[in-house]
Amino acid sequence: MKLNALHAKLIAAARKHPPSEQVPYAFEKRILSHLGDRPAPDLWAMWCRPLWQAAFSCIAITVVCGLWAYGSGSKPDAADNFSQDFAAAVFAPMGERIEDAW
Amino acid sequence: MDRTDAEWIAAARHGDAASFEPLVKKYQGRVFATARRYARRESEVEDIVQEVFIKAFQKLDGFRGEAPFEHWLMRLAVRTCYDFLRGHQRHRETAFTELTESESDWLDRFVVEPDHASEDADAARELIEKVLSHLSPPARLVITLLEIEEKSVKEIAQITGWSVPLVKVRAFRARGEMKKILTRMTKDKYL
Repeated sequence: MKLNALHAKLIAAARKHPPSEQVPYAFEKRILSHLGDRPAPDLWAMWCRPLWQAAFSCIAITVVCGLWAYGSGSKPDAADNFSQDFAAAVFAPMGERIEDAW
Repeated sequence: MDRTDAEWIAAARHGDAASFEPLVKKYQGRVFATARRYARRESEVEDIVQEVFIKAFQKLDGFRGEAPFEHWLMRLAVRTCYDFLRGHQRHRETAFTELTESESDWLDRFVVEPDHASEDADAARELIEKVLSHLSPPARLVITLLEIEEKSVKEIAQITGWSVPLVKVRAFRARGEMKKILTRMTKDKYL
């Protein structure tokens, strides 16, 4: 048997018989009786949602910064030079004063 | 004076449940038709429709008005139907129940002369319903939306919330599942 043809035929049958849009009498009343008043907005949920979004953003930024720092920190020479330069710059005036004193 | 959907929605958002009634009246027919594609018993259909409208009322704040209200509601309806299918997965028919006389006749006619087995026949409709009831929930949803309702893959992705590649994968699997079911059905009858 040609299964593809049977498949196509059955799908065509389903297309030709769309389900009815008939609605039971006064069905909307049944729905409205279940609605009642809308629940009050959940303030805790309203606060938590942006908080979580902010937390995820912060974690992402921390990870990116961490990776960047790790990547740039893998060059020990550059770090040593920077610390030496920094120390020289800080202690330079002191050295000058000592030389003047002598 | 007739008010627009947007006006009814705005009033319902402020907690006025009565303002939701015109929206229910306007769209309940379409929601019923959608629910009838996935549930057979009328009591189940009514429960699904009720759940759709209750969810819609509760989630009205999530409706941004970028698309028509009907599209948003139908998306909610399809997702609720899918949840219904998943919830009733255990009750899904696994063994093929015997075909009725009319279904069997239609199949015989199809085997002898495929062109003479009319798709207008009630037997063909009953047969496709039987076949669909054997499919897994994702397969049934995809076959219904893609092949019966002739929606595009992109539309299905928007309705279901699945990605486009996932819809394609599920459509491929669904066709395979359907082929297996048809094979089993014809084997049971002719072998």
